[in-house]
Formats: sequence, C-alpha cells, structure tokens
Amino acid sequence: MAERATPLYRDTPRLLLLALAGLIMLMPYIWMVAASMKPLDEIFRASLTLLPERFHAIENYGKVFARIPVGLYLWNGLVVCGGILFFQLLFAVPAGYALAKLRFPGKEFVFGAVMLGLLVPPHVQALPLYVAFSQLGLLNSYTALIAPFTISVFAIFLFRQFFKSLPDDLIHAARLDGFSEMAIVWRVVLPNAWPAATAFSIFSVVAHWNDLFWPLIVVNGQDYATPALGVMYFRSAEAGDDFGALMAAAVIMTAPLVIAFLLAQRRFVEGIATTGLKG
Amino acid sequence: MSDAALTQALPRPARLALGETATAWLLSAPAIIAYLLMLLLPTLATIALAFTDFELGATGFAWIGLDNFAEMLSDRGFMTSLRNTIIYVGLVTPGSIAGALALALLIEAGTRGRTFFRAVFFLPVVSLTVAMAAAWQYLLHPSIGPLNAMLRVAGLGAPEWLSSSSTVLLSLAAIGIWENLGFNLVLFLAGLTAIPRELYAAAEVDGARHAWQRFRLVTWPMLGPTTLFVLTITMIRAVRVFDTVAVLTQGGPNKASQVLLYTMYEEGFTYFRLGYSAAITLVFLAIVLAMMWLQTKVLDKRVHYG
Repeated sequence: MAERATPLYRDTPRLLLLALAGLIMLMPYIWMVAASMKPLDEIFRASLTLLPERFHAIENYGKVFARIPVGLYLWNGLVVCGGILFFQLLFAVPAGYALAKLRFPGKEFVFGAVMLGLLVPPHVQALPLYVAFSQLGLLNSYTALIAPFTISVFAIFLFRQFFKSLPDDLIHAARLDGFSEMAIVWRVVLPNAWPAATAFSIFSVVAHWNDLFWPLIVVNGQDYATPALGVMYFRSAEAGDDFGALMAAAVIMTAPLVIAFLLAQRRFVEGIATTGLKG
Repeated sequence: MSDAALTQALPRPARLALGETATAWLLSAPAIIAYLLMLLLPTLATIALAFTDFELGATGFAWIGLDNFAEMLSDRGFMTSLRNTIIYVGLVTPGSIAGALALALLIEAGTRGRTFFRAVFFLPVVSLTVAMAAAWQYLLHPSIGPLNAMLRVAGLGAPEWLSSSSTVLLSLAAIGIWENLGFNLVLFLAGLTAIPRELYAAAEVDGARHAWQRFRLVTWPMLGPTTLFVLTITMIRAVRVFDTVAVLTQGGPNKASQVLLYTMYEEGFTYFRLGYSAAITLVFLAIVLAMMWLQTKVLDKRVHYG
C-alpha cells in the first residue's frame, strides 16, 4: 500500500512467497522442458535432477519432426485461426458500426438477437452442425473448422460498444468528403478502434489455437489436424510411453503462443481479461 | 460551439446515398446470415433433436417427447457425470478464486516484480491445454512422475493421481485451478487498483493498524462486486471442462471422471445417439444459463454498496 519504495529487506518475505507460488505454477513447464531433453532411461529412473546426464534433445525433437508433420499442424493452426479471425472481423465490424451509428427500424431487434447469442456456449450448436457438415461432405476441411466461428456475437457487441464512443463528427466529416459507408467502416471507424480490434484478435486467436472440442469432432486424420489435435494423436498413437518425445511435441506446439505472449504481455493480458469475460 | 454551428448550417450532413435503413441492413447482412446459419438454426435444431430418438445412420426418427430426459434420470453414467461436474466446479471455483485473491494481494502489496509475476501466473491461460495436459500427465505419473518422486523422497505415499478413481477428479480439479488462476488474478488486480488509496489511510486513522484489519474493513467489501463477478465467471468456465478429460482420462477410470461435456461428446460422436446427446446438451445449456442469470441478478443487486 505504500507508494514510496519499501526497502528490499522488508519486501523479501513477499517476494519469496510469490517466487514459491510462481515456481509451483511453472512446475509443469519446467519438467516438460527438462524431460524433452532426457533419454528415456533417465526419465524412467524418476530422479529429481532437472538437467539430463546425457543430452538427448536432438533425438527427442528429431523424433517428433520425423514422426508427425509438425509444420503441417502449425500451418493448419495458422490457417484456421487466421480464417476465423478474418471472417469474424469482416462480419462483425460493419454490423457493429450499423448498430452503433446508424438509425434503422429493427435495430433493437438485431441488438436483442446479439445479446441472446451471447448466452449460448458454442458447444450447443455442435451436433446439428456436425450433421450438416457430414451431409455436405465437408468433414475434414478448413470450411468445417472455420465456418461455425465466423459469427462472433461477442465481437459485434464489443465493436458496437467501442464505436459508440467515437465522435459522430468523424463520420459526418467522412461523408462530406464523399466516403461511402463501406469506406467509412474500414478506413475511418476501424483504424480509430484499434485497441478493441487488437484485444479481440488476441482473444480470438488464443481461444481457437487452444480449442480441442470442435476440431476433435470434425477432423479425422492428419491433413487438417490443428496443433491441439496433433499433440493428441502423437500422444495416443505414436508416442505411447515415450515421454521424452511427447514432451518435445508439447513444447513445440505450445511455443508459438507462449512466445507471442512473452513478447506482448500487456496486450495479451488486457485482450484476454477485458474481452475474455464472455468467452 | 463551432461543431453545433457546423451541423446546423448543413441540412442533415449525414445524408446517405442509399438511405440509412438500407445501408444498415446491408452492412449487417453478412453477420445476420452467419448468425442464422451457424448460431440460431443449429441451436433450435439441438432443442428439437433433444425430443427425438435420432441416431446418425438410422433411416428415420420419431418424436419421443421427454423420454430422453427420463432416460437420463435412470442412466447411471449420466448421473455420475452430472455429480462429477458439480464436484469439479465445487473444487475449481473456490480453489482458483482463493488462490488468485491471495496472489493478487501479494502482488499489489509492493512495487517489485509486478509485471513479472503477473506474466508467470497468466502463462497457463495462453498455453495449449492439450500440450499442458500431457505435461501434467508426466508430472503426475504414478511411477516415473516427478511429483511422486518428491513425495517418496519426503517419505510420503505415492498416490495414483489420474489412474485411480478416488483421486482422478481431485487431480483434474488441481489442473483446473492451475488453468483458471491467472485469469482470475488479472481480474482481481484490476479490482484492487480501482480501490481509492484514501480509504486505507482513513481506515488507519480509525485504528485499523494491522494489514488483516485493513483487508477486512476496506479491501474485502470494496472488492465485493469483483469477487461475485469472478465467482460466476469461474463457475461458467469450470462447467465447460472438456480438454483435460478428453486427453487424460476419457472419463475413466471406471467413469470416475465423466463430466457433462465429455458424456455429451461420447453419446453424440462415439455412439452417434444424437437425440440423447442433444438432451444432455440442453441440461448443460440450462446450467450455464442459470449461472448467467445468477450473475445478472447478483451483480444488479450487489454492485452498489447500498
């Protein structure tokens, strides 16, 4: 509570407690990385030393790259997350603008539908969507992975709230300059709503990179497997009890988002904690 | 003033080429179509499915009224799953809230290491759940896992964790707490920064010398709305547990870790009993809606300090 700096010796107990809690939090990461560098016999000895006696990282990581198409999984994750985000923004930004800045009959109704949509978790639509995609022969495709998430009522809600706070004069001025409404949405309103757009993008990418439920339902086999599915396949079929290689696979698939998080920590925390409330 | 003059000088400057109504509907059209196709129709279809005996691959289906719901009551698998979900939520919610609050208070109490520790505790939120589940599987492995190795060194027993029906739910809940703690922590930190500093000074003048007294008199009541909000958010997140169960236990051993969404997944996508699975989905939806209702109720009533 003190605003002036406390001397270090008085701060030490607090820092020690935090460090201890942090160490417990990081336990899975520490052992995951450690095991990914150990040969199997050392892992099975279950000793408590973190550093490997014989450095086996090249073999473990090599095994992962040799056995599963790591690049393909990461690429699929990128395509799916990118595709979902692209359509979410493409659909939600104009709708959010209409709800925030235009007057039209039926507006209350549309906004009511958005609020209603916020109540329904995405798991509820899974069964009929699965049947529909299966009838259309679209299982095992990017379409099946992306299409159900193209509509984000949360994004519409978020952008509407944010656009509402933008001054009307900004839009009037653009209209006087001869901008079409489409141009206003993408070239005037969106650039001024950058914080909301970044926050939502981070939230969306994290949610879908980590999602297992829907990919598990619509994807079978390697071709369209996302990183989450990739780890699962490697675990059940290829690796068995080969924990060294399994941990190496886990490290590889977790790394992209964790690195992004460490680089842009503040944005991630804000993006997920402020927008993720509805997640 | 100049703005007002400007808008008055120009007769309705916001004159649209197409007319405001048409423009608005055109701009909303893609979202509305996607909403109908991907959200509204499938949700209604799930509700309809729940009253049928539809199975994938079967030639026809019949409306069977409430039979699916009646079957649930006598289905031991489903009842176990419902009970497990309630226990899981009952463990994860208080665990991750108490942990997050304690750590948030510790972080707020000083200036050193704030960003660093926030990042450390937030890390699980951005980590691939499936991969971290694999890491937990190794950590909790009964014979080669580091946790049991530590317990053996300390002379304590070596529980089977995820492979025993008596500890599996507890182990999953521990992972759930680990997953949710950072998220709650960030919400608490935001709530703590919003408390006016003067209140602490005032409490001290009034004789609240100890940190605990200041917590009880100022922090806890001022944090009330945040805590209630975090409570319902955590419950809604916890009731959706799926990934860890799907990766680590598949509902086992002996159904001891069956949870609602996993049972729904198995009935629908392993046994293809879509009607029954839809009925389970509706139970899940009802629980989520009840929690959201509670949230609006509680927040409306308690957000103001009265």
